[in-house]
Amino acid sequence: MATIAKSAAEIARAVNARECSAREMIDATMDRIAAVEPQVGAFLSVLERQARESADALDARIAAGERFPLAGVPLAVKDNLALDGTVTTCGSKMLERWVAPYTATAVRSMLAAGAIPVGKANMDEFAMGSSCENSALGVTRNPYDLHRVPGGSSGGSAASVAAHEAAIALGSDTGGSIREPAAFCNLVGFKPTYGRISRYGLIAFASSLDQIGPLTRSVEDAALAYDAMAGFDPMDATSVDRSVEPTAGTLREDLHGLRIGVVKQFDTHKLGADIDDVYDRALHDLEALGAEIVEVELPTADYGLATYYLIAPAECSSNLARFDGVRYGLRVDGVDVAEMNERTRAAGFGPEVKRRILIGTYALSSGYYDAYYVRAQKARTLVARDFAKAFEKCDLIAAPATSSPAFRFQSKSDPYSMYLMDYYTIPMSLAGLPALSVPCGWVTPEGGERPMPLGLQLTAPLFAERPLLAAAHAYERATMHAAKHGTEVVEVAR
Amino acid sequence: MSSENLDIAYVAKLARIALTDEEVERFGTQLGDLLGHVATLADLDLDSIPATAQVVESRNVVREDCERDSLDREKVLAGAPQRQGAFIRVPRIIGQA
Repeated sequence: MATIAKSAAEIARAVNARECSAREMIDATMDRIAAVEPQVGAFLSVLERQARESADALDARIAAGERFPLAGVPLAVKDNLALDGTVTTCGSKMLERWVAPYTATAVRSMLAAGAIPVGKANMDEFAMGSSCENSALGVTRNPYDLHRVPGGSSGGSAASVAAHEAAIALGSDTGGSIREPAAFCNLVGFKPTYGRISRYGLIAFASSLDQIGPLTRSVEDAALAYDAMAGFDPMDATSVDRSVEPTAGTLREDLHGLRIGVVKQFDTHKLGADIDDVYDRALHDLEALGAEIVEVELPTADYGLATYYLIAPAECSSNLARFDGVRYGLRVDGVDVAEMNERTRAAGFGPEVKRRILIGTYALSSGYYDAYYVRAQKARTLVARDFAKAFEKCDLIAAPATSSPAFRFQSKSDPYSMYLMDYYTIPMSLAGLPALSVPCGWVTPEGGERPMPLGLQLTAPLFAERPLLAAAHAYERATMHAAKHGTEVVEVAR
Repeated sequence: MSSENLDIAYVAKLARIALTDEEVERFGTQLGDLLGHVATLADLDLDSIPATAQVVESRNVVREDCERDSLDREKVLAGAPQRQGAFIRVPRIIGQA
């Protein structure tokens, strides 16, 4: 029988063993999507016909003796990843009807591993935001409290997995866009080292920061997805040509011999007593598993946000110049080319995208380039050096993933208050480090009625995905925080 | 690192985004506020620090200059707002009356 409550690992095992067919899995998933999507709104498009056809094709190959590491696993794909023949919108009016003419390498790798795309997930427009509220095309709600945001920018990806509409979702993380929604939706969200997974077919936001990664309900599933996607791709000149060790078979049950750094500058007292207690207990749990807790310093941590909000908009202003009304999606006519460009971009982009393009254009403009952009690039060097120094004293760094649990819709109306949501995730992005969020406890927010999840962010040195996932797995197995509370949508049969 | 010279209308012209008067005012305030926050970078002594463009090993990436498969022309043209035969149609840019 097809049970969508299962993990991706369990689904693949059952489908490979022919205890249930991929088609049964996808049929059950489509029933689930039909039942909960009116409440959750995770998807911008559901790939019902394609998914059933892919499942039948996979079942035929399994019947012929082939086996797949992610056989029959229902997959949500963030809508900034190209999937041949599907509308790929980036959550923007600019690309509302644009159909991708090819498939992103990361998606292709998941298809080759036997995963089956069931829908394209909602997101903040062009991945700019921390709540999914910047999507121009739909509202996504947090399954743990439908009055709250799912996080962002990979908000649809997170909501779909939390609501059991998919077992694995692909997201992209530029300053926290996988880790923050994962923390808000009680999931594991994993951003590998910059360059580990090909970005070919990921519509670019900030090219020196963007990285694709999975959102899952367990560390093991994140490891399986990472193993399927990691590796060099000649189609992405920034993908790293370096051997990738499989991680899924190397997960640990304890943390003996591991030094875990706690960042002196990340004082969790200021987050309030409830949240502080959760993170305190997480450190005790890590210690109880055998880890040695050491204090480390990131003196430039407080400069991360300022550095990021120059570099990312600068790169975005350059990358989004391609949306000019000529080659892709929307065009609004004007008397000449310049007016056509200006009108198209005025109509096609939402306010947050416009703000970032404007700030980036300013930071790169003549006379300000050195004062803003180059200065930020130099500050970025200091952030990376801080981490390198910290990792002389420890193997992993433990920190909060977010400064609060998921907030209510429209509660962050000032753009800078939204930017602050990424305070804990941005430094790792600037340094290109692999980092993940794993569920670490629950708090009931002031004025809220339901307990909401929090995430513990673990960070490793460059390319140390293997020990990172191994340690996260040990912590997850020992604490099992994710299972302690259910969602607000109808629970799945187990 | 002062933001007093932030002329939103000029920057919008550079970025080719038509803004309404209301947007000029709103974005001007919001971006002035953000520039106030990023001004904290002036506190750091960065004179002798090299700039980081990319964090992992980087090298020139070249490939052999040979024929290879490209995207399907029909599919690519289908994504453009206007086409004419095998071409993307654009407004006239040369020889305007």
